[in-house]
Amino acid sequence: MRSVELSEPSVRAIRAHARETYPEECCGYLVVRAGEDEASPRRVLSVERARNDFEGERRRRFVIRPEELLEVEGRLAGEERAVGGFYHSHPDHPAVPSEFDREHAWPWYSYLVLAVTQTAEGPLGAFELDAESGAFHPAPLLLPAATDWSGGKRTPKSSLGEEGVS
Amino acid sequence: MTRTTVKIPTPLRGFADGRAEVPVDGETVDAVVRELVQQFPKLQKHLFTPGGELRNFVSVYLNEEDIRHLQRGATPTRDGDVVAIVPAIAGGAGAAASSPPLSRDQLVRYSRHLLLPEVGVAGQKKLLRSKVLVVGAGGLGSPTSLYLAAAGVGEIGLVDFDAVDVSNLQRQVLYTTHDVGRPKLEVARERLEGLNPGVKVNLHPAPLKSANAMEILRPYDVVVDGTDNFPTRYLVNDACVLLGKPNVYGSIYRFEGQASVFDARRGPCYRCLYPEPPPADLVPSCAEAGVFGILPGIVGIMQATETVKLLLDLGEPLIGRLLLFDALAMNFRELKLRKNPDCVLCSPKPTQKGLIDYEQFCGVPAAGSQRSSSGVPEITPEELRDELASADPPMLVDVRDPPEWDIARLPSATLIPRGELPNRVSELTRARQVVVYCRSGQRSSQSTRLLLDLGFQNVRNLKGGLLAWADHIDPSMPKY
Repeated sequence: MRSVELSEPSVRAIRAHARETYPEECCGYLVVRAGEDEASPRRVLSVERARNDFEGERRRRFVIRPEELLEVEGRLAGEERAVGGFYHSHPDHPAVPSEFDREHAWPWYSYLVLAVTQTAEGPLGAFELDAESGAFHPAPLLLPAATDWSGGKRTPKSSLGEEGVS
Repeated sequence: MTRTTVKIPTPLRGFADGRAEVPVDGETVDAVVRELVQQFPKLQKHLFTPGGELRNFVSVYLNEEDIRHLQRGATPTRDGDVVAIVPAIAGGAGAAASSPPLSRDQLVRYSRHLLLPEVGVAGQKKLLRSKVLVVGAGGLGSPTSLYLAAAGVGEIGLVDFDAVDVSNLQRQVLYTTHDVGRPKLEVARERLEGLNPGVKVNLHPAPLKSANAMEILRPYDVVVDGTDNFPTRYLVNDACVLLGKPNVYGSIYRFEGQASVFDARRGPCYRCLYPEPPPADLVPSCAEAGVFGILPGIVGIMQATETVKLLLDLGEPLIGRLLLFDALAMNFRELKLRKNPDCVLCSPKPTQKGLIDYEQFCGVPAAGSQRSSSGVPEITPEELRDELASADPPMLVDVRDPPEWDIARLPSATLIPRGELPNRVSELTRARQVVVYCRSGQRSSQSTRLLLDLGFQNVRNLKGGLLAWADHIDPSMPKY
C-alpha cells in the first residue's frame, strides 16, 4: 500500500470540515501532483471540500456527484495537479472503513477517514483498496510531527480510541 | 462500424495498460463498454457487478451527457463520440438505507449461512439485494426457485404460462396434487413466499418472446434457463448476451443432464456451443422422450448452486465448462468449452445485434399454427375410424418407442419404432393401404415421408396422432 503524506494545514482543514458538517458526514478531495510517481509516498499537496450530495441520511453517507469530480479534475489538470483520493468523516463512528466504504471504493485512490464526535475529532485513518482481493488495507499515514492528535485546539472531553465509540 | 474514444478514469488506468484514452468500436454505449472490457478484461469487476449490471456508482457520459438522461446503455453512438467512465465517489460510516442490518428473524433464518466466512453477513445481505429470473417453472425451475427462495435471494422472477398438470407432479416439486389445474405461477408464489416470506416473487405469466424478453430480463442480476424448448433457449441466451448477463443453463434428457454458465463477457455463450439448433423433428420433448423424474432435481439444484455462487462471487463458476451428468452410471464428466471466435452473437465482430424470430430459426411453427407435415397425405381420426370399420382396413404402423406403446396404442397396430423402419419396410409390402401414427403426428409425418420416398404409394399420416384420436374418438385413451 502506498503511504500517504499529509501536511499540517491539510489535517487541520479536514478536521475543521468534519466539525462544521457534524453530525453529517463531510467529504473532499486529496490533491496531488499530476503524474506522481506511483512508488513514492503519495504526497497530498492540499485538500479541497466536496459537496455531500447524498439524498437521504447524510449522517451515515456521502456521495460526490460525478459531474463535480469531472469539474474538479478538469480544473486541477490545468495546474499539473490531480485528484489522488478522498477524505470523509465518520460521525460517532471509528476511523475505519465500513463495508459500504469498501463496496464503493476504487483502486488506486487513497481514502482518508476521520472519526468525529460532537466534542472532538479523533484519529485519522488512511486506506487503499487492494484491487485483487477487493479488501481495504490500511496505508501508513505520514504526518508532520507537530500534528496534535488529541483533537485540535479544542479540549477533548472524550477521545476516540482505535476502536472508537459505539 | 462506429469508432468512439473511451476516457478511462485515473483509478482504472492500471487495468487498461495505463492508458487514459482508448479507441473503441461500437454502435451503442453498451456495446462500446462491453468491447472495452473485451480488450481489457481486468476492468470487468470494477465496472460490472457479478450479476453483470454496471455498478451503480459507475457513471457513463456520452459527450459530457450522463447516459441516464439519454437512452442509457442503448444510446446510439456516432463516429468521434467521447464515452467517459466516471467514478461516483461514495462511502459512509453506517448501514445504508438500502442495506439495513439483518433483523433478528433474518439472523436466525440465515444463521447457517452467516457462520460460513465465505457468506457471512455481507454475503447474506448481497443475496437479499439480488434479483434472479427463472425462465420456466417446471422440472428445473421448481428445485432452483425453491433453493433460491430458501437461500434468501431477495427477488425471484418466474416466467411460465402453464397450468399444473397431473403429469408434472412426477418431477415438478413446487406443486402438489391439490394444485392440479391451477396456474403454475400462482401456486409457485404461494409456495416460495410460504417457504420464505422475506422473498419477493415477481410473476411473468406470458411466453417469453423476442418482443418482451429484453424488458423482462433487464432488471435481474442472473438468469436461470429452465426452458424445455430450443426457441426459448436461444432467446434466453441471446438476450443475456445482449444485456451482458450470466445465463445459468441446465437441460435434461431421459437419464442425462447438462449444466453450464454462459457469460459472454467471461466465456462462451450457448451459441458458441451450438451455433445452430438441431432439426426440429429430431428433438424429442420430455413429453415424447420421457424423463427420469429425479434428474431435473439434480440439474436444477446445480443451477441454483451456480446462481448463488455468481451472486456472491464465490468459488469457480461453471463458465467455459459443460458438466454432464449420467444418473444411470451416477457419474459426472466435464467438457471444456471455448468461445467461438466467429460466434454470430458474442464474438468481437457479431453479425447478429438484436433478437430474431426464434421459432423460425429453430424450424418450429409459431404457436397456434398447424405444423405442415412436409406435405404428406393425411387422414383425420374420424376418417381412420370409418376405414378401420370397413371391409378393407388399412395397415396401422405405430412408429413410437416401445415404452410409449405400453402406455397406449391403437388395437390393430404394428409397432415399428421410427429408427427401425428403414430395415423393416418389407413388413409393409403386402399392405394396400398404410396409416402411420405417433403421439402427436410429427414423428409419423417424417416416417410417412420416408415411406413415400421409398416408393410406397398409399401411405397416410394420422393427423394429430394419438392425442387427436383421444380427443375425437376415444376419450378413454390416456394422453401422455
